[in-house]
Amino acid sequence: MKTESKLQKLLDSGHFAVTAEIGPPKHASAHGIRHHAHMLKDYVDATNITDCQTAIVRLSSIASAVHILDCGLEPIVQMTCRDRNRIAIQSDLLGAYSLGVRNLLCLSGDHQKFGNEPSAKNVYDIDSIQLIYLMRRMREEKLFFSGEPIKEHEPRFFIGAVANPFADPFEFRVARLEKKVEAGAEFIQTQCIFDMERFERFMEMVRERGIHERVHILAGVTPLKSWRAAKYLQTSVSGMIVPDDIVERLKKAEDPKREGIEICIEQIKHIRNIPGVHGVHIMAIAWEEVVPEIVERSGLFPRPKVE
Amino acid sequence: MIIAQQKPIKDIAAMIADCKKVLLVGCAGCVTVCLSGGEKETEVLASSLRIMRRLQGNHLETVTYTATRQCDPEYIEALENLVKDVDAVVSLACGVGVQYIAERFHDKWVVPAQNTMFVGGSTAHGVWEERCGLCGDCILHRTGGICPIIRCSKSILNGPCGGSQYGKCEISKDVDCAWQLIYDRMKALGKLDKLLEIQPPKDWSKSRDGGPRKAIREDVMIG
Ligand code: SF4
Ligand code: SF4
Repeated sequence: MKTESKLQKLLDSGHFAVTAEIGPPKHASAHGIRHHAHMLKDYVDATNITDCQTAIVRLSSIASAVHILDCGLEPIVQMTCRDRNRIAIQSDLLGAYSLGVRNLLCLSGDHQKFGNEPSAKNVYDIDSIQLIYLMRRMREEKLFFSGEPIKEHEPRFFIGAVANPFADPFEFRVARLEKKVEAGAEFIQTQCIFDMERFERFMEMVRERGIHERVHILAGVTPLKSWRAAKYLQTSVSGMIVPDDIVERLKKAEDPKREGIEICIEQIKHIRNIPGVHGVHIMAIAWEEVVPEIVERSGLFPRPKVE
Repeated sequence: MIIAQQKPIKDIAAMIADCKKVLLVGCAGCVTVCLSGGEKETEVLASSLRIMRRLQGNHLETVTYTATRQCDPEYIEALENLVKDVDAVVSLACGVGVQYIAERFHDKWVVPAQNTMFVGGSTAHGVWEERCGLCGDCILHRTGGICPIIRCSKSILNGPCGGSQYGKCEISKDVDCAWQLIYDRMKALGKLDKLLEIQPPKDWSKSRDGGPRKAIREDVMIG
């Protein structure tokens, strides 16, 4: 189904999409978000707004999205299942749509254990696949989650989900991706890729099953600032694989930050040639200002225009 | 069975700080099996409380009793004579036992000596693990006999999530990923295709949804 999403139009017309991520602040000012939105506006097609990422309380994803829209950039609102039951999810998403948000990314969300409210009660009323399914049904069959008809103005989001080729069991990852597509996901953003070999194997399995023809896959990349950051992701973040040679390369580099950017650009150039990948998703965690350079030097600038 | 753990003794002592004489009631049910509220633990708790109070120069008299089960009114009746002259009752049962005693002897101060934690079983001597979340609509036939509601940290019905790695859950390297276990089991059973079916949202109205649940068996009701 066609939505009003610019990201969807771009992807459907065969363009290689570029999305980035903006993490909202731990305070009540939109100043920083707006600054980043202006900076990224011409370099990316849409930006994800994380939803209390790593379970840390931050300015709301939907409120941030409105600021981003206001700056002339298209937001992708992230919705986690961790914090809301099905009443709150539907209410918030109706609200988001009414405010002009057209892209939705459905996630289960990081467990609250590692955030700044570890004693919170989590919700997990529904899971991410159920959320994808219910949102698509809302759009196509005009039904609330309960099955009650939506009389008018159903939200018509372009629906996305995430895939992590680096989590286990590996053999089941592609099957689970397919399950998300089956449920109604139309675009997929992957976890940050550092282990290119594993990602290639993942994409091979994706192509074998023809999944790349049914969904747009955007490969996730992250520029690393230091070998310590690489080491941290390697050892302390579940569901990540960072090969030793990346850690080593950063360790040996004279200017690790520059090296991190170089690695990221190389990765994007490599990813662009992997059949079935339809875009990149740049997650420059708290380093949004390097995104324009990365996009430009990866040969992805200027961004195509669509109606 | 129900797994409970005794509260720190100073917390129990604080709840009965102004009492001269207390009745400690153990339970011969689940809490005996998980070694936290049976006859032995009741005696130990009573003497610990007495010692503590003696050190404070504030004498405490204790009476002990262990009920067959505190979650059945008939076994609570037996306390009738014992509660008469005590200032408080300390229940070592699960939360049900505490409530049953409070309900039966409504003019008595009744306090919990335990934190009632979960429904589980022992996996090694001295180790108990949660296995069921009492959801009221069991789906173990769809998940290879492993409960995702309680054993998956996010209660995902269509797992495993992106945090599953090396067989462990994202919350801790000491916690098995329930979905890895489910995957392994279903694979061994040749039923992996079952995991590809999209599981619908759960009907939590059968679980803890804000109102107390009730089970009725008319065939065994009297009168
Ligand atoms: S599915 Fe429900 S009833 Fe069955 S073990 Fe899990 S929580 Fe208990
Ligand atoms: S890692 Fe496994 S057990 Fe932990 S939340 Fe994810 S699916 Fe559930």
